[in-house]
Amino acid sequence: MKASKLALLSLAVTLAMILSFVESQIPAMVAIPGVKVGLANIAVVFILYKLGWKYAAVVSLTRVFLVGLLFGNGVSLLYSVAGAVVSFVSMVLLKRCKAFSYVAVSVCGGVMHNMGQIAMACIVMGTTALKYYIPFLLLSGTLAGIVIGLLAAVMVRRVALSAA
Amino acid sequence: MEQRRTHKWDLLLVAGLLLLSAILFLFLSLGQEEGAGVRVCVDGVEVASYSLEQEGTYPLNGGSNILVIADGAAWISEADCPDDLCVKQGKVRSGGQCITCLPNKLTVTVYGADSAVDLVS
Repeated sequence: MKASKLALLSLAVTLAMILSFVESQIPAMVAIPGVKVGLANIAVVFILYKLGWKYAAVVSLTRVFLVGLLFGNGVSLLYSVAGAVVSFVSMVLLKRCKAFSYVAVSVCGGVMHNMGQIAMACIVMGTTALKYYIPFLLLSGTLAGIVIGLLAAVMVRRVALSAA
Repeated sequence: MEQRRTHKWDLLLVAGLLLLSAILFLFLSLGQEEGAGVRVCVDGVEVASYSLEQEGTYPLNGGSNILVIADGAAWISEADCPDDLCVKQGKVRSGGQCITCLPNKLTVTVYGADSAVDLVS
């Protein structure tokens, strides 16, 4: 791997971690567990479009583990990993369908992140009562995905990667 | 041209998801019967259940969350978790609704009159 690419990836991971931290400092807007904007996904979507899915996977997983180690605990890491993996795979698949753009890819990522987390929560808590939250999480994941998709699109358009 | 076609599919996906969430919401809330009581689970194991008529204050899970039942509704008044989301979730009173405290792995789920019979049998 070229040094410039490595540096770029490190930068993306750092950006994703900072965005995760910033987001963790924002008080919960809605009293439903799992509702969030998902700012860190901007970095993942950006790398996904600029460098491809393998590099984006590195950014996403590294981000999740580092943030989990720094600010989380064992259980929160489980939720994050479940959300991140499901979300990432769905984004990569949707990006392959050429019909969709950033917004759809990011919306899919947001929604599937929430679904992955709720599935993991049902397993961890041993209850299906959490299905009550699914409609709210679908809605919030969609809205958050639109915001993140528009932001990522601006970044992909404006930031030129001459080095990589 | 390319751009426009792309946006059309994006809009369809977003509209589909919004529709799906609305349908699920209606499905889950129309199917709701009047709540009869609440079931408290910690780590997937039922630890207690209270009728919504048993008004009072109940410490759950060794006092980590305080459950209050009054006026046919149940809510968490206090909790030791960092985010206090369970407290902010407010009152529940209809069958199927639930309050979740992820950090303490605790759920309070409302059951309806029909499911209460299932419990006894």
